[in-house]
Amino acid sequence: MNTSLAANINSFLAAMVLLTAFGMLVQRRMYGLIHLFAWQGFFLSISTAIVGFVAGAHHLYISSILTLSLKVILLPYILHILIQRLKIHKEVETIVNVPMTMMIGIALVIFSYHLTAPVRELSTLMTRSTLAVALATVLLGLLMMITRRHAVTQIIGFLAMENGLFFAATSATYGMPLVVELGVALDILIAAFIFGIFFFHIHTTFDSLDVDQMARLKEED
Amino acid sequence: MPLLILLSVPLFASLVLAFIGDRKYAPEINIFGSAATFAAGVSLALDVYANGPMLAGGKFFFVDAFNVYLAVLTSFVSMTTAIFSRRYMRKEREHGRVGPIRMRFYHAMFQLFIFAMLLCLLTNNVGVLWIAMELATLSTVLLVSLYRTPSAIEAAWKYFILCGVGIALALFGTVLLYFAAEKVLGEGGEALLWTNLSQVSGKLEPTVLSLAFVFLMVGYGTKVGLVPVHNWLPDAHSEGPTPISAVLSGLLLNVALYALVRCKVLVDGSTGTHHAGDIMMGFGLLSIIVAAFSLLRQKDIKRMFAYSSIEHMGIATFAFGLGGPIATFGALLHMLVHSLTKSSIFFTVGHASQMHSTQEMDRIKGLIRGNPLVGWGLMFGVMAIVGMPPFGVFTSEFLILTATIKDAPFLTPFLLLGFGVAFAALFRRVQPMVTGPAPSYQRPIKAAHIPVIFHMALVLAIGIYMPDFLNQWFHRAVELLK
Repeated sequence: MNTSLAANINSFLAAMVLLTAFGMLVQRRMYGLIHLFAWQGFFLSISTAIVGFVAGAHHLYISSILTLSLKVILLPYILHILIQRLKIHKEVETIVNVPMTMMIGIALVIFSYHLTAPVRELSTLMTRSTLAVALATVLLGLLMMITRRHAVTQIIGFLAMENGLFFAATSATYGMPLVVELGVALDILIAAFIFGIFFFHIHTTFDSLDVDQMARLKEED
Repeated sequence: MPLLILLSVPLFASLVLAFIGDRKYAPEINIFGSAATFAAGVSLALDVYANGPMLAGGKFFFVDAFNVYLAVLTSFVSMTTAIFSRRYMRKEREHGRVGPIRMRFYHAMFQLFIFAMLLCLLTNNVGVLWIAMELATLSTVLLVSLYRTPSAIEAAWKYFILCGVGIALALFGTVLLYFAAEKVLGEGGEALLWTNLSQVSGKLEPTVLSLAFVFLMVGYGTKVGLVPVHNWLPDAHSEGPTPISAVLSGLLLNVALYALVRCKVLVDGSTGTHHAGDIMMGFGLLSIIVAAFSLLRQKDIKRMFAYSSIEHMGIATFAFGLGGPIATFGALLHMLVHSLTKSSIFFTVGHASQMHSTQEMDRIKGLIRGNPLVGWGLMFGVMAIVGMPPFGVFTSEFLILTATIKDAPFLTPFLLLGFGVAFAALFRRVQPMVTGPAPSYQRPIKAAHIPVIFHMALVLAIGIYMPDFLNQWFHRAVELLK
């Protein structure tokens, strides 16, 4: 596979990652969200494998397999089970002001391109153009966590941010050193365990996973 | 060798405590484990004091004057907190707030948390630093929600989400740092080692590092509890069990600030300007002012002292940002004395709220009559924390103020305003709590007096006479951070 073809495929995959990020921003149904998240992880893992192949960076294969097993299979599976157990799979979240959210999202993408410009100029890697997309994915995940009110959605936003970070590491430097990648994966796994416990606690205490119910701790005037 | 013991004892203790569960002697094992950690910390410190900085474990660990003093502090406060938590948690069990399963969980996670902080301090790898920081967050999230009340769960959720986001941004900063380092040091794990980075910091690309610092600042700043990314802190401190509030406030914030300062040294070396310092000064000053005024409005006692922690971390961040030998010395000292004083305050506050079965300050009264140790402990703790002489906080705040007058005189009024408002706010609240007759609903308790006396004596001793080795130690750390 020659480099320019690989770069093209990689850009296409980056576009798909961004698309899924936007999709998640406005997806109301729980299952739809999880599927979008799994797709995002899938594109990410393919992109990582291609970069690893073309650049000859073989540790990226491990990262790619890690992404595939963790973010495409394990985490969506856990979320599926949690949602079924908590009987919230039919819930439809109301999202206020979709056009506004989309506009902010677009602004964030432009901002990301602007912010990463100095890095892009310095880099010689074939993946340099996707760094902006990676940062945009991080910021879109953040936006999702801010605009949505459901605990599960917030967690998916958090995991989408993590996807963006992973993508950033791949596109800026062909991946972080292996010890760091493994450590990050371990942290995500522990986090998954913790939010699983949390969903049950929130559900039993508040009878719903709507985080707007949690408004006890405020500054009193 | 002491380094290996220092890290493996808490990890091992965590496993043991998870295994033995809620036996009668579990708190004693917890104390014993922390004491062993402290002993290892002291011996490591003596080693470094005699032989200078050292690398260990195939360059994986790095110990110098800066991190070893924080490691000793961490192990010391965790030991005293373990002593305090023995009596405190026993009382909580009698009140039926926690059961056996949660006690098992509490002890195991406490030790894991100590391990994560020590790993964070001692690792040489900037990536592992991040991982350990995340681990420290994750191990305390479920401790904050230990009581399972609606507000405790809300606080823990906020803590989890906000710190998760913050720390994610810090990882992006670390990626950018690696990007710049890889150009100079080549690919692979070597490029993230702090010892390598600090040697070549002059060659790192300044534009990338300034960008990276913004992300690192917001990311680690969230964990330090700096305004405007501090929202998780008062909630997590007020809703968790008091021993956890004490270690969060006294230790975790310090460790996060440590990470930030390490990154700042690299960025300064690369850019050669005061860019990173200015950002830190801005965040620090904003934290001081906002926290001081928030202190005035608090009704919950633990929440009030949480805001006081934000103020003091703001002071230390501001001083590190200001730079220069005096301010840096002041900041290092401030981290030490704040940690000792604040954890001691939380010990007394924990007992005070147990005596009155509430954290509402309006209902806490007559502490000195009820229990002299708790009453006077709180009184002296507050006198120390607001910066009254002869306590150690006075020395550090005085140094920082002097440096500010010299280097950034136009900021002095803001700093003084913050100090003054915090002083007034805390005193106004504490006086009615400690003096006066004991109310009828007050219940006697057996307080853990050793930790409080120990901490206050140390803060007082540092304020009156700074031992020579401590002085030298800080001077070496100041050299490192230049």
